[in-house]
Amino acid sequence: MAKQRVVVVGNGMVGHKFIDTIIGAPEANNFEVVTFSAEPRLAYDRVQLSSYFSGASAEQLMLTSEGYYDEKGVKYVLNEKVVEIDRAAKKVVTASGREESYDTLILATGSYPFVPPIPGNDGEHCLVYRTIEDLEAITASAQSSKVGVVVGGGLLGLEAANALKCLGLETHVVEFAPRLMAVQLDEGGGALLRRKIEDLGVSVHTQKATTEIVAGENCRYRMNFADGSHLETDLILFSAGIRPEDTLARQAELTVGERGGIVVDNQCKTSDNNIYAIGECALWGGKIFGLVAPGYSMAKVAAGSICGKSDEFVGADMSTKLKLLGVDVASIGDAHGLTPGSLSYTYTDDVEQVYKRLIVSADRKKLVGAVLVGEVEAYGNLLQLVLNDMDLPESPEALILPSIDGSASSGLGVDALPETAVICSCYDVTKGQIEQAVAGGATDMAAIKAMTKASTGCGGCAALAKQVLDASLLSLGYEVNTDICEHFAHTRQELADIVRVKKIKTFDQLLEEHGKGHGCDICKPAVGSILASFWNDYVLSDDNIGLQDTNDIYLGNMQKDGTYSVVPRIAGGEITPEKLIVIGEVAKEFNLYTKITGGQRIDLFGAQLHELPLIWEKLVAAGFETGHAYGKSVRTVKSCVGSTWCRYGVDDSVGLAIDIENRYKGLRSPHKLKFAVSGCTRECAEAQCKDVGIIATENGWNLYVCGNGGMRPRHADLFATDLDTETLIKYIDRFLMFYIRTADRLQRTSVWLENLQGGLDYLKKVVIDDALNIGAELEAEMAANIGNYQCEWKTTLESPERLKRFNHFINSDQKDSNLAFVLERGQRRPATKEERENKVTLIELVD
Amino acid sequence: MSDNWITVCNDSDLTPGTGLCALIGEEQVAVFKIKKTSELFAVSNYDPIGEANVLARGMTGSIGDALVVASPLYKQHFNLATGECLEKPDVSVKTYPVRKNGDVIEVQSVA
Ligand code: SRM
Ligand SMILES: Cc1cc2nc3c(=O)[nH]c(=O)nc-3n(C[C@H](O)[C@H](O)[C@H](O)COP(=O)(O)OP(=O)(O)OC[C@H]3O[C@@H](n4cnc5c(N)ncnc54)[C@H](O)[C@@H]3O)c2cc1C
Ligand code: SF4
Ligand code: FES
Repeated sequence: MAKQRVVVVGNGMVGHKFIDTIIGAPEANNFEVVTFSAEPRLAYDRVQLSSYFSGASAEQLMLTSEGYYDEKGVKYVLNEKVVEIDRAAKKVVTASGREESYDTLILATGSYPFVPPIPGNDGEHCLVYRTIEDLEAITASAQSSKVGVVVGGGLLGLEAANALKCLGLETHVVEFAPRLMAVQLDEGGGALLRRKIEDLGVSVHTQKATTEIVAGENCRYRMNFADGSHLETDLILFSAGIRPEDTLARQAELTVGERGGIVVDNQCKTSDNNIYAIGECALWGGKIFGLVAPGYSMAKVAAGSICGKSDEFVGADMSTKLKLLGVDVASIGDAHGLTPGSLSYTYTDDVEQVYKRLIVSADRKKLVGAVLVGEVEAYGNLLQLVLNDMDLPESPEALILPSIDGSASSGLGVDALPETAVICSCYDVTKGQIEQAVAGGATDMAAIKAMTKASTGCGGCAALAKQVLDASLLSLGYEVNTDICEHFAHTRQELADIVRVKKIKTFDQLLEEHGKGHGCDICKPAVGSILASFWNDYVLSDDNIGLQDTNDIYLGNMQKDGTYSVVPRIAGGEITPEKLIVIGEVAKEFNLYTKITGGQRIDLFGAQLHELPLIWEKLVAAGFETGHAYGKSVRTVKSCVGSTWCRYGVDDSVGLAIDIENRYKGLRSPHKLKFAVSGCTRECAEAQCKDVGIIATENGWNLYVCGNGGMRPRHADLFATDLDTETLIKYIDRFLMFYIRTADRLQRTSVWLENLQGGLDYLKKVVIDDALNIGAELEAEMAANIGNYQCEWKTTLESPERLKRFNHFINSDQKDSNLAFVLERGQRRPATKEERENKVTLIELVD
Repeated sequence: MSDNWITVCNDSDLTPGTGLCALIGEEQVAVFKIKKTSELFAVSNYDPIGEANVLARGMTGSIGDALVVASPLYKQHFNLATGECLEKPDVSVKTYPVRKNGDVIEVQSVA
């Protein structure tokens, strides 16, 4: 039997989904698939289009590839528009005159941006936002523009506004309706969203009808509004809604809706039995679905239909959750309370800028809609209540009230959801399927994603999917144990909270009240570090000393033979010749192996215990301080020479590096901390691989955070740009203290960030926007810490009692007889086992 | 010289929760005082895995019911009462009797 020819017009998200479904079906061999794309590439992820502005390339957005289509035998023609359907001859004709016959025709032509018929709307810098080519045009235009206006304050309009802002334009949004996102949000939600967006520096103009676009005085264009006001701008981006692309259907005289859209039935068939329409071009039940998930459902239904199945499209939920300009917004079901007799609960918090509203049925039994702005954690649970027509809990208001004691709020766990509840609507993954994946061995989100595809689309379901994962792990008897060790049933973060809130000053008190046993080499240093970060007492007090690793006790790093290294602080890597000479003299006197470290300072190796105080006495007298090479604390602030000498330097990187090193020296933290400051973008100090990296710009400092060298290198993330020094220090104070409070033991900032819920955006919210309202507290904690700084070596040298410990034997002046050294390249080093056994010439130690 | 008890230091020299090294004849002995109970323990100072005289500078604690010291070099745990290495049961360190006698700490020299 000859293969059935299936022609797919449009290779957008939905057209591709259809093809992917067909070629994956058991009946795949019955079909020959041909697709036409009016765009110069195959399907890409339009939903993530805006990530193009945060660095994603066209390649990264691709949903498929030419290689994949070739391999599967799918024929494709790029850059080729279908212009005619000949229904009688069952063929299509393209713009270049190519003809292709079909048995079944799939119209997946999507939609196009609506440009309001305003005189002057066709200027060179009047653009739209739908394809990669549009984005390229916007980027190009932005280069010669200062001001940009988005016409339309809906979902896409706000996304477009974000893009303009990212491109550095002064950004305005002009909206015809009285509020933003009028379709999805009610008045209260729209008002809060507006405030938040204005706080971000985007001007919002509502109730403005543009009457004409003319030449501007200060900018390229001037937009005149019906109320007599006007706005000048260099670039105009129309985002005033979408219209279904139904030109072909009209030409072929298929039934179309009054306001556009190709009419389809439950099988997605048009008025012609051999022609289907799917995605944004299709009109089902009088509705166009402008989201990808319903389009995907249609694709599956149509593919099933031509394979002889009788699945039906039954409409789709249009609930949405997204982040617009960094503001979380969600809308579920009947957001406007249009259901007759419906009642509502509203929670408004002007301080935290949160708005939440529930709309419930007249009998108060069911949830019919919800609006969430500023905090959308409840979205997953609320959506499930609506989709599964579940009964509301006893006090529905608890679903949107903040939890006062920090415990999980909502009173509705994932346990209450039926097996059939769809958790991920992008990929149609149910709770049951996630549970099955867990039963099949998945124990983390990465495995869930790989096995079910849940959470790999828009990502809106991630939190809920994680809850289902955790709940099924628990029910299978897995213990999700995050205890720090056998002595405390708490995480490091919990211990830190306990210490801070209960003002606990000693390990013994913490163990007594919250732990058991004697502690160990895991919890003791962790608690030691917590105590030190909050109270910054002398780390070698009798109370603290047992908590410290040998390195911290003897204030040096133990080497393989039991001797120590000595690392004086050389802030910013800057050192005077006098001080260099002192180091040289000390090294010579004690015969220490000397090396320049990777951290721009000098390490002296091979010091015996009893020599440490003698060495440090000389160093401290010459003005050196301890370099904390032994502590989980600030190591070095690397610098490049900067504007003082370098012909390219734009600011004094050495000066800033020294100030920063002196500010944070001695700060105890979950793991070591490294900084760097570069004087210009050439980045000679390698700031982008440090926990905190700073690069000078023409307008201030750019701050990078959470970089790492070491075992698993990670590039730092750009955190804030063009800061003045005061703001820079404020952000670093907050960043460091927040890390210290919340990180796990021995977790570098890089790993901490990767595990932080909400990631970089959340971190910015906490540090920059002070969303948790703890900024002042964090700064105060840092100030107290800085106020308590002491050079531990100086303190130690002042107490003869403490110096007693710096002797190999408590009851003898003899040395450790096990030490043995040989000479190499003019310096001594520990003898190897072979060298000891073969008795090569070992060198005598001098005193 | 009854029973070879050798005075090592004053009791006040040994901070609870830490260790000290004493020379007993030719042998290096690590002496520890447990913080919660003030109990005393003594084991050889030589770490047979790191091959250096460092155990007195390790951190004490408990693992299950056993009181232990963790080597400062590679963190293996040695049972203070038996000398056994928890991670490598075939390795162990010598233990010594130790006591508080009035104001001083004494270790018994064992052949
Ligand atoms: C001395 C030095 C090597 C050198 O000769 O240059 C060094 C020596 C040690 N490093 Fe390092 N690191 C030294 C620079 C670095 C750098 C480079 C830098 O800081 O610019 C890195 C990569 C950058 C980073 O950390 O992101 C580095 C990444 C590590 C790591 C891996 C950390 C990670 O996150 O993966 C460890 C292991 C650890 O900390 O757990 C480590 C651990 C160590 C230890 C502490 C290992 C140990 O336990 O004995 C070494 C202590 C030596 C001592 O006794 O002083 N060292 N180490 C450098 C001292 C710099 C200083 O002046 O303080
Ligand atoms: C910036 C942006 C953000 C979005 N964010 C979200 C979101 O967060 N969540 C969500 O669910 N949805 C979102 N959407 C909507 C989502 O992208 C669409 O719902 C989805 O792309 C629709 O798929 P489609 O295949 O029907 O149409 P399209 O993806 O537009 O594909 C149609 C394709 O057909 C081609 N075509 C049209 N006519 C012809 C012809 N005659 N011959 C040949 N080819 C033709 C077009 O050029 C196009 O390539 C967003 C859209 C944009 C623009
Ligand atoms: S790289 Fe390894 S060997 Fe070299 S200093 Fe760092 S930890 Fe030691
Ligand atoms: S709902 Fe979009 S990824 Fe799951």
